[in-house]
Amino acid sequence: MEEKIKARIMDSRRIKRVIHRMTTEIIERNRNLKNLVIIGIRTRGIYIGKRISRLIKELENIEIPVGVLDITLYRDDFSELEAQLMVKKTEINFSVTKKNVLLIDDVLFTGRTIRAAMDSLIDLGRPKTIQLLVLIDRGHRELPIRADYVGKVLPTSKQELVHVRLKEIDENDEVLIAEPQRIK
Amino acid sequence: MPFVHKHLLGIQHLTASEILTILDTAESLFEISTREVKKVPILRGKTIINLFFEPSTRTRSSFELAAKRLSADIINFNQQTSSVVKGESLKDTILNLEAMNPDALIIRHFAAGTPHYISTFCRSHIINAGDGAHEHPTQALLDAFTIRQAKKNFKDLKVIIIGDILHSRVARSNIFCLNKLGAKIILSGPPPLLPLEFKKFGVDIDFNLDRAIKGADVIMMLRIQLERQQKSSFPSLREYRNLYSLTKKRFRRAKKNAIIMHPGPINRGVEISAEMADSAKSVILKQVENGIAVRMAILYILLGGKERDSID
Amino acid sequence: MTLLIKNGRVIDPASGTDETLDILIDKRKIAVIKPKIEIEAKKIIDASRLVVAPGFIDMHTHLRDPGQENKETIHSGSLAAAKGGFTSIACMPNTLPVNDNRGVTEYIISEAKKSAVVNIFPIAAVSKDQKGKELTDMADLVDAGAVAFSDDGLPVKQSHIMRRALEYSKLLNTLIIDHCEDKSLTQDGVMHEGYYSYLFGLSGMPASSEEIIVARDLILAEKADARIHIAHLSVKGAIDYIREAKKKKVKVTTEVTPHHLLLTDSSLESYDTNLKVNPPLRSKDDVEALVKAIKDGIIDVIVTDHAPHTLDEKNVELDNAPFGINGLETAVSLILDKLVYKNIIPLQKFIEMISTTPAIILGLENKGKIKVGVEADLTILNLHKETVVDIEKFKSKSQNNPFHGWKLIGAPVMTIVGGKIVYSE
Repeated sequence: MEEKIKARIMDSRRIKRVIHRMTTEIIERNRNLKNLVIIGIRTRGIYIGKRISRLIKELENIEIPVGVLDITLYRDDFSELEAQLMVKKTEINFSVTKKNVLLIDDVLFTGRTIRAAMDSLIDLGRPKTIQLLVLIDRGHRELPIRADYVGKVLPTSKQELVHVRLKEIDENDEVLIAEPQRIK
Repeated sequence: MPFVHKHLLGIQHLTASEILTILDTAESLFEISTREVKKVPILRGKTIINLFFEPSTRTRSSFELAAKRLSADIINFNQQTSSVVKGESLKDTILNLEAMNPDALIIRHFAAGTPHYISTFCRSHIINAGDGAHEHPTQALLDAFTIRQAKKNFKDLKVIIIGDILHSRVARSNIFCLNKLGAKIILSGPPPLLPLEFKKFGVDIDFNLDRAIKGADVIMMLRIQLERQQKSSFPSLREYRNLYSLTKKRFRRAKKNAIIMHPGPINRGVEISAEMADSAKSVILKQVENGIAVRMAILYILLGGKERDSID
Repeated sequence: MTLLIKNGRVIDPASGTDETLDILIDKRKIAVIKPKIEIEAKKIIDASRLVVAPGFIDMHTHLRDPGQENKETIHSGSLAAAKGGFTSIACMPNTLPVNDNRGVTEYIISEAKKSAVVNIFPIAAVSKDQKGKELTDMADLVDAGAVAFSDDGLPVKQSHIMRRALEYSKLLNTLIIDHCEDKSLTQDGVMHEGYYSYLFGLSGMPASSEEIIVARDLILAEKADARIHIAHLSVKGAIDYIREAKKKKVKVTTEVTPHHLLLTDSSLESYDTNLKVNPPLRSKDDVEALVKAIKDGIIDVIVTDHAPHTLDEKNVELDNAPFGINGLETAVSLILDKLVYKNIIPLQKFIEMISTTPAIILGLENKGKIKVGVEADLTILNLHKETVVDIEKFKSKSQNNPFHGWKLIGAPVMTIVGGKIVYSE
């Protein structure tokens, strides 16, 4: 499937500002930061989570541990998938029981990924609370899921594609909107 | 790399890439067994039947746990008596089970080629849990996983397999697997149980264990079956022990960090001395733990997702 | 009833004939053999572009009758033989009960008269119940109609029994046929022992098992100055022993089957029970040596070793399946396509090995030849006919044949026994 980039919604400076703003919101709303843990959803949720953890350490001198969650095993559409999915490791080296979990993903869309993530978290322990942080909320929810911290609300049409690029694994930081093109 | 086979009948026809896919998947699924709630919903609603024609507690319960941890439904069907004796043919037994719509059949049988035979008339996915002296693919895969855990890389790793090679499906599957992954294999055992033709599988042979074990990184012991002694494959257990048992003295000739492996169950004092079985270098219990992760990986890969086209 | 076969290429190795001739059959016998017969005949067959040969003789078949009629009967076996181009078959004694007494031999002969469309010649057992302990009443059996003796299915295990049988056979001018296998070496083997049996994890049957008993039989035959026929030869080592023995003028003859000439042990990769046979399919080296041995004249006849089994019996795990391959309806086409057509052996030699020589070995004076005055047993071949082996179309009750689907060129198109057309395509 070919894609055509329609627009660049955020550049690296904007992403930095938005993450900074969300981090101060987190610090404001979580009185007991020592009880906070961050769980990033593979793949880009991890890097956003790590950036936020580093920022909190700079600002408040508190270590917030970051864990990695792979939700392949909890997807609700697994039995319909045409291709085989490689399942990657879930690496959470701390307990989530009684913790305030901050779940982080790059894009919030239908809400199914978050639903799967919450099911997985509950199998891993019994968190005290779960909050959700996303860089982009692009609408079109199919389940009653909402984010506590949103970088940017981005109205999109259902067939558009939203790409979040982060310099840890992509060339640089940016958020793009693209449209699938039928090959002529 | 997607796994394109419908069944897991053996290692012989897998590529190194497919083997690594299975090991990587097992790596990811491993932590499920360390959680408090040792379950994920991925194979919910799938039905698996364990069909064991040979006694086994280890492999059968390993598959059972693997299936249950992935939320599949699994039942055990033990056919210890030969179907020929009972009167119902193997084919009828299988067709009757198929009528219950299982998604997969896990089969262990004393006749080589049985899973292959069953796959010719069966709709379900077939997993070979050991067919006669032919193959035991999940054992070789969990052995490879265990080796990778300890040694990181397979290339040029010196692996020695000791014992009754002729009748061992564990030996054959491991030879195929480790060869594909780049390890260097040497076999040792009494000559009647180790035909020289095995060299054609791309391995070395040395009947003198003291010489063969020098510099080994991985020592894999095979179980010796006592009936073989009755068939004069070796003169006595005493002789066997003297020549082929893994003692501390022998172990010292291997590399310092060599690991000791055994598919179980162990004959303490026969193929392995008690002190070596319990030593820190033994990864025998890790093999059991890894067995569940590897079997989860197989079930995940074969049964996950929609029914796909496969090459078999 | 007169039958005239016109314009066929008549090949009769016994008389050295290979030319276009007409043959007139009258009252079951060959009446006239001439280039152009002008006599009126009731039925005329146009054999132009076809080969007319003396009726083929399979001297190694299992008919399972009496006792295992679900696998094959004398009747169904004869239909299969006729379709395969055979006018005579010699049937092995491992029936239930074993053909070790006059009663069974007479039953076979009388049943054949009633229901068989080809000639049936019983081979009787060497030992009582094939147990290898006591010799059968060989003279009585010869008198009843047995043409040879064998414990086939099993070897004559004890050397002293084999020795006595060979000595006794001289008195009766009869033939001992041995299935050469040392069972202590083959034990629970299911295929040839070698690289492939190790690869497939299957118990092996070593070549030495056949070589040892062949060597033993040759020594005993030489000492006794008796005739010995080695059944279904399969290994290179045994060929060498036979070659040496023939040089020393030992009275040994030997046979080979199409499956031992065309299939190797590597094919067992499929664990297909239709490839499970005793002696087992051997290595590539053995197969090549067998083909060469035919060319060198070390092997005397081609046989089918037709061993019918029911579908259910073969539809099991390899270890539990009985040994045996069905062969009457495919043997001739297989050899024509794979050996004659490919110029590995000449057509005349093939006919000699499947008609002329078996008749001589079994002492069937008026068989295996096209001669005025003998019973008209003829096999007519179309060397250019293309066929596809189809087990569903077999006349045999059994279908355990591994050549299903093979495309072959050359086939028997008509079989005539005693002047009667018993098969026509």
